[in-house]
Amino acid sequence: MHDKIIAKKDLDSFVRSLAQSRDVFAPVRDKASMGWAQIDSADNLEFDFLNTDFSPKAFFFPQNERLMHFTNSSRDEDGMIMEEEPPRDREQVLLNIRPCDAKAFCVLDLVFCQDENAPDVYWKDKRDKTVLIGLACKAPCPTCFCTSVNCGPHHEEGLDMLLVDLGEDLLARPLTDKGQELAADLQDAPQEAVDQAAGQKKASEEAITSTVDMSKINERPVLEEYEHPYFDRVFEACINCGTCTFYCPTCHCFDIQDETQDEFGHRVRNWDTCMSWLFTHHTSGHNPRGTKKDRVRQRFMHKFKYMPIKLGGAIGCVGCGRCTRKCPVNIDVRTVVNSMNE
Amino acid sequence: MNNPYLPYPVRIQRVEIATEDKSLRTFDFEFIHPEHAEAFTYLPGQFAELSVPGYGEAPIGIASSPTEGSHLTFTVSKAGVVTSKLHSMEEGEIMGVRGPLGHPYPLGEMEGKNIVILAGGYAVTTLRSTMVWLLHPDNRDKYGEITFVYGARTPGMLLYKDLLEEWDARSDVNTYITIDNEVEGWDKYVGFVPQIADQVSPKPDNAVALVCGPPVMIKFTQPVLDKMGWTGDQIIMSLENRMKCGVGICGRCNVGPYYVCKDGPVFTKAQLDELPKEY
Repeated sequence: MHDKIIAKKDLDSFVRSLAQSRDVFAPVRDKASMGWAQIDSADNLEFDFLNTDFSPKAFFFPQNERLMHFTNSSRDEDGMIMEEEPPRDREQVLLNIRPCDAKAFCVLDLVFCQDENAPDVYWKDKRDKTVLIGLACKAPCPTCFCTSVNCGPHHEEGLDMLLVDLGEDLLARPLTDKGQELAADLQDAPQEAVDQAAGQKKASEEAITSTVDMSKINERPVLEEYEHPYFDRVFEACINCGTCTFYCPTCHCFDIQDETQDEFGHRVRNWDTCMSWLFTHHTSGHNPRGTKKDRVRQRFMHKFKYMPIKLGGAIGCVGCGRCTRKCPVNIDVRTVVNSMNE
Repeated sequence: MNNPYLPYPVRIQRVEIATEDKSLRTFDFEFIHPEHAEAFTYLPGQFAELSVPGYGEAPIGIASSPTEGSHLTFTVSKAGVVTSKLHSMEEGEIMGVRGPLGHPYPLGEMEGKNIVILAGGYAVTTLRSTMVWLLHPDNRDKYGEITFVYGARTPGMLLYKDLLEEWDARSDVNTYITIDNEVEGWDKYVGFVPQIADQVSPKPDNAVALVCGPPVMIKFTQPVLDKMGWTGDQIIMSLENRMKCGVGICGRCNVGPYYVCKDGPVFTKAQLDELPKEY
């Protein structure tokens, strides 16, 4: 597949053509923060931003999602029988998604679609109907450490197309058939643009100076890592607020609840967090993760030990740094991982 | 593409108050659509989510054996929102069953071996399924000696009494039914499961033990088995943890890297020895 080029001044027609048959979303500025919003032109598109506050995981895994509905009446012949919510009727495009957030979807595919014959249909339906057009990182945040967790500022995994900001123009690299199709009308990029993008990739990678080392975590047996004395210290500052889990692009724990009103009923799923004591609380009163230490340890063990074991080496972290930026008590995931690795 | 969250609609066929304290009820369910009965292929040791629309789901071990026909049997303790609602439901009402979930007991690997079953309280449910399956004419010859030890607090707390009588009368099972304290008219064993296991003293040679019961029973049974020379890979246990999805996604029932719902609920003692005690 050839790299293509698109002038920023021509982006508007590109976005408008995308939006004809699809819902197009992109990071747009909302006062001091960046958030995802639907767009139908290139008017509000931004190219100088770090990353969105929230990860885009809600596009495939909404914070609240109806899974099924039922008629809440046992007198009704069809009552009390769950029916699936209908699938998505339109394709969507996530434009200018950061490579780390796209990589996170690849990690989550391994979780939600672990069973080929019975995948999480709600996740898969939206994944199948979405095109991801990434925007490579020019100036990474000081909290970024993607390069030490199988990712990077120009990482291509999970994207259909990668855009690299070259100033007046964008280099557009189609990565899949879907991306190829969208780039069909674009001109081939001249060699100097391709070279410029390569130079930018190298510079961005070099700009990421913070790293984590998981070599010892990987080698140690589960129980040895679980009993690491470091866990006696890290939990003390944590207030179990769960902010890290909601901002994290790979945190995917959820609760399922039924809601009824008169004759209508729904089964919904909501984001949940392993930081909550209720998360694992048995009806009997017993709680397998009854202490704050248990819960803090679970989050880090899950991402950096359990997921790699279960998912063929895939780490439950893409190095986006959101948890570190948002933590109210300044727990830095890089310090945690490096300490777990001691 | 099968939706793993969509329960099969079922009708409550029979409800029975199972114990004298009325805390347990046994439910038989029939599938409303025959194709669902066909799709629900299970083996002893697996569980299902009992799904009561408007209330939620509760993961419960399957007490019936597939050798008994297409209906499903569950014995449910009244404990939380879903199970309390379930206890108020009557024959003929419609609800859902989602499953089968998890792995069954390793019945294939157990072939040719002696089987020792140690059960306490209402944890006997999936072991009822196992016993019915093992004693079925199609399966009985594949296994050696079968020893079944089952204890409850009082005679009135014992589940499945008709079956217990039947097994007690059979010559191809060694059945030991026990209650905690002596009661007038009780002619079987008296004592806790670990004590009876100690008296029975099942040999570990070419044998597998299925142990299921409350934590206190497990705690005191283990030293008894250790004393007789049983090793961790011969002892098979079944775990319970809080669950929602039942298919290894929602993230709450894990014990180390393994999900009780998807990778369990059946684990060997040897496997559990290498994992955090988060259950």
